[in-house]
Amino acid sequence: MISILNKLIPAETNLPWLAKVTMLLILVLLPFILSSYGLSLLTKVLIFGLFAMSLDILVGFTGLVSFNHASFFGVAAYTVGILVNRGFENFWLLLIPGIAIALLLAGLLGLLILRSSGAYFLMITLAFGQMLFALAWKWRSLTGGDDDGLPGIGRPEIGLPISMWNEQNFYFLVLILFIGSFLLIKKVIKSPFGKSIVGTRENELRMQSLGYNTWLIKYISYIIAAGFAALAGILYTYFNGFISPQELDWSMSGYILLMVIIGGAGTLVGPVVGAAVIIILQNLISTYTELWPLFMGLIFILCVLFARDGIVGSLLKLYQKKVGEMK
Amino acid sequence: MKALEIKNISKSYGGLDVLINVYFTLEQGERRAIIGPNGAGKTSLFNIISGIIKPDSGEIYLLGQNVTRLSTYLRSRLGLARTFQRNTLFNNLSILDNVELALHSTKSDSNIKDILRNWGLWDKRKVIVKELSYGEQRQIEILLALVQSPKIIILDEPTAGMSPMETKTITEMIKSLSRDITVLIIEHDMDVVFNLADGISVLHNGQILCEGSPDEIKSNPLVKEVYLGTDH
Ligand SMILES: Nc1ncnc2c1ncn2[C@@H]1O[C@H](COP(=O)(O)OP(=O)(O)OP(=O)(O)O)[C@@H](O)[C@H]1O
Ligand SMILES: [Mg+2]
Repeated sequence: MISILNKLIPAETNLPWLAKVTMLLILVLLPFILSSYGLSLLTKVLIFGLFAMSLDILVGFTGLVSFNHASFFGVAAYTVGILVNRGFENFWLLLIPGIAIALLLAGLLGLLILRSSGAYFLMITLAFGQMLFALAWKWRSLTGGDDDGLPGIGRPEIGLPISMWNEQNFYFLVLILFIGSFLLIKKVIKSPFGKSIVGTRENELRMQSLGYNTWLIKYISYIIAAGFAALAGILYTYFNGFISPQELDWSMSGYILLMVIIGGAGTLVGPVVGAAVIIILQNLISTYTELWPLFMGLIFILCVLFARDGIVGSLLKLYQKKVGEMK
Repeated sequence: MKALEIKNISKSYGGLDVLINVYFTLEQGERRAIIGPNGAGKTSLFNIISGIIKPDSGEIYLLGQNVTRLSTYLRSRLGLARTFQRNTLFNNLSILDNVELALHSTKSDSNIKDILRNWGLWDKRKVIVKELSYGEQRQIEILLALVQSPKIIILDEPTAGMSPMETKTITEMIKSLSRDITVLIIEHDMDVVFNLADGISVLHNGQILCEGSPDEIKSNPLVKEVYLGTDH
């Protein structure tokens, strides 16, 4: 094993690359080691990691602290859940309405909210998010409302003779979509458009003076982020087998925002680490005490006090400092 | 066709008249300086020209086109570039990223390399802008406007806060610009003004007090009274 690694990895290889390969190996091998409970946690981490990554496009890269990201997750989850319960089976075809409806919703909301910024932006997204939550709550004939929810959603039918009821198989489907999304988001971030969203975050006035339509840049970024949140929502539908209006609530948006901040906004890997830390701690702590939300608040405060850039952001800074000292 | 026409621009904040019926025009290739005491309304006028604030009345024409209702980014696309009195940079990005954004290009092509070499910034290209000295940041402020290959460039006190050496370099840089580029510059340093400008407009209390060649302005008693007199 080590000799293969030595051959694969030349001496001048940088650490981040090594970290990525190791991470990938771990993600591929873990399902063969973990208990079924552990595997279900890991699957959840990937789904919420994707969700948090999509929010990071807004919070970390575009500089928009959005508080209704759960709307897109929830709307896509309901769309697919409802269609599955009405007999539609093909997973790949169901992705289309699930994602399309989130894109449309983002296209509409974006027209209404992107004129404001800062705290106003946060509040107006919160308001629209809660409106959609209320809609899911009241529209019982479609969503089952609060008490029934939408139960009994089966596992996806992917058109191959592989059963998704097998937890390992389902995990690998999630893993493939997770990695595909990660690479795609990374590509967007590195593209000229990605540079322009970072420029807009850094200095909108200068961007406009340089001839950039910053409103359009933010609008497109908002829609892209919604699309990936929708994919996460769809995977969650199948994973959980049950949806409730809770999935659209502001507490869900806040939960994801916490993952982004704790892991490190603007790093892409950070939100995934944030998702892992929060989900694993939540499961550990909530077996002992009901006070989980208190601990979540504590973790958040510790992060703000001691690791401003989040876990990954702080590690990256340390690493860059070390590299700087070596030169 | 004129490069820039400022037609009867007025602007007030609350009861304060910041600009009153300001009218002047710039020929293509002209180099004009605007001088005037603090609070005269110079920066406000620049913000109206670039579309960052809207005038209460009056019109702005850019290369013959009425742009009064056009957004900032569209004016930029017509060939207008500007610098700000206070540095307005991408502070957390590298010099290279800053210049790439200004060029609308992510290819680290020879173009960028030449530009950064010319400005003596190539070796520092990976340095984050906020870690540079003030004078260096001021250079980037001007560089970002210049690399846009503008037809008209408006500079708001480009040499403010620079050392005499840096001021000289920047003045030469502006002087060496192609004569196709129309330059409008706000400047307090009279040596820079007299070195660069073909013509000077004096703004005082939101109004154009007078216009003329550097020599005419130098000898104008009114200007001496309101401006040069207090400074020199
Ligand atoms: N947003 C604003 N609200 C209220 N008053 C303003 C605003 N912007 C500028 N002013 C006022 O307008 C007047 C002109 O300001 P401006 O910045 O245009 O002057 P300036 O000629 O550029 O001065 P300086 O040489 O100090 O840069 C000042 O009295 C200023 O206080
Ligand atoms: Mg000013």
